[in-house]
Amino acid sequence: MSMTKRSIWPTLGFLLLLLVVPLGFYFYDNAFYLDLATRLVILGIAATSLNLVLGYGGLISFGHAAYIGIGAYAVGIPVYHEFYGGFDSIASTNGLFQIAIAVGIATLFALITGAISLRTKGVYFIMITMAFAQMAYYFFLSLDEYGGDDGLVIEVRSEMPFMDMDSPVQLFLLCWMSLVVAMLIVRTIVHSRFGMVLQGAKGNNERMVTLGYNTYVYRLTAYVISGAMCGYAGALMGNFSSFISPAMMEWGRSGELMFMVILGGAATTLGPVLGSAAFILLEEIFSSVTIYWHLPFGLLLIGVVLFARGGLTGMFRGRGN
Amino acid sequence: MDYDLLFIQTLNGIQLGLLLFLVASGLTLVFGILDFVNLAHGSLYMFGAFICAWLTLQLGNFIYAVLLALPLTGLLGLAVERLMARYLYTRDHLDQVLATFGLILVLDTLAHLIWGPAGIAVPLPGWLRGQVEVFNGVVVPSFRLLIIATGLVTAAFLFWLVNYTRLGMLIRAGASNRTMVSALGIDIQTLFALVFALGAMLAGLAGMLIAPITEASIGMGNNIIITAFVVIIIGGIGSMKGAFIGALLIGLIDTLGRSFLDDLFKLFMPSDAAETSAPAVSAMLIYIIMAMVLAIRPQGLFPPKVR
Repeated sequence: MSMTKRSIWPTLGFLLLLLVVPLGFYFYDNAFYLDLATRLVILGIAATSLNLVLGYGGLISFGHAAYIGIGAYAVGIPVYHEFYGGFDSIASTNGLFQIAIAVGIATLFALITGAISLRTKGVYFIMITMAFAQMAYYFFLSLDEYGGDDGLVIEVRSEMPFMDMDSPVQLFLLCWMSLVVAMLIVRTIVHSRFGMVLQGAKGNNERMVTLGYNTYVYRLTAYVISGAMCGYAGALMGNFSSFISPAMMEWGRSGELMFMVILGGAATTLGPVLGSAAFILLEEIFSSVTIYWHLPFGLLLIGVVLFARGGLTGMFRGRGN
Repeated sequence: MDYDLLFIQTLNGIQLGLLLFLVASGLTLVFGILDFVNLAHGSLYMFGAFICAWLTLQLGNFIYAVLLALPLTGLLGLAVERLMARYLYTRDHLDQVLATFGLILVLDTLAHLIWGPAGIAVPLPGWLRGQVEVFNGVVVPSFRLLIIATGLVTAAFLFWLVNYTRLGMLIRAGASNRTMVSALGIDIQTLFALVFALGAMLAGLAGMLIAPITEASIGMGNNIIITAFVVIIIGGIGSMKGAFIGALLIGLIDTLGRSFLDDLFKLFMPSDAAETSAPAVSAMLIYIIMAMVLAIRPQGLFPPKVR
């Protein structure tokens, strides 16, 4: 953690680029890139939320894909009941209601699993968060009513006040604004007294405990905030893909989120977004060249870990290696 | 209650438990001694299955194929250790997780390149294809008995290796204090490589044993690796005894939960409620058990001695 003020212009510039370029493509009749950018921005929100615990808190959560899944199912399940009956109390196409459920359940899941996971540390924590996400995966897999393994098509997108989620441009703008807000939230938290304690516990937990801070509570709070944000990203993801399936929360997805954070640069504001941008673009490029694209992609991942510490932001700042 | 079914399912649970032990023992060995988290351990399990399946088709004999595939999987483990893992021993766990996550992508794609996208079924020799009558009317496939026997023999071998041989002594010493072992003049690099290869062979063996039942397929390791993690978390990471007990526990709970949980639920809830909730709960059962164990003992049931 460095206290020196870094220039904010690269972050603003990149966000502006992320806004203008896809819209530009869209208005020149190339809708594909807007789709790509929407997915990128949603994953950027998820990566930003993960960065709060992983980057600033030093808590290596290997289960954040579960929150994306929870958020998406919170959109899909109410719509399903609205269309096919049953479970009247949650049947709804109201977006605000769905988002409230998404964030609520994600918060609850983070609170329960976090309370247990945070009792452990080190490699135990990594594996437990992963196992809990896998638990969510198997839970949704076993729900035959919502398609089980095959997943479920969401019949209509969320109904939101003042906007139409069926319009790709409006959906993208909502996601982009959400990303900006998410980054602002994390930045504010990190620079607050709360964030200082969180980062202090990452550096030396014993010292913070000795200073009288109950770091467990700080960490749990951060974990819950992160889970709630990621659940919100999941609700957007459900609207974007109009499809839910347990595959959204497979542990590989959680690994990809971690990779985005590390690739871009953990514990930086822009890092996770830069990472998800690089991730999505590389995935797109590699997979268009060969069906064996996981091979170069995997090698790249290994290479980044071995040789490019600090990620992309680290390289740009000359802190690489 | 159907006691014949209970018997068969218990046997299936033990079989799953022993296969899990083969995977988890390698994982816990590598972590205990090298302090290395290997997510790609499941890919070694997959490669064991593929190499064995391919050799069975080439040689026409499953047993020869296993005997030949074991050292080959060990060599693959050595290669992984040489080319990648050894550069990560001193890194933090996050780096290890990410790099081995990348390795999974690489190894899964390599298997895809070599053997194609479809799985390979493994034909068994005639004497393993039959069934054995255990007691009046209850029959068990003989291959399943072979899996159980192999698992038990391997567990006994590992127990002997770790507790009564010089290598085992070094392994235990390495697990409790790595620096001291190398300061005493032990070639720690070779020891590490041996342990890694041993772990690869154990995972590969599990893959070879399961391949005739499920066939060798891409990504088959990615499911078992999570369960193996649950096993070593419950047992205490780094503990061989913990891996064994944890594996049998998880194998039995998972198998019995899937077949009997609805009966159990019907004892205290309406039967349609039991039938809808039982599949969901049994799918999550091992994670619920894990959470319960950790809530009481965050270090697992048999944490190894302080290092």
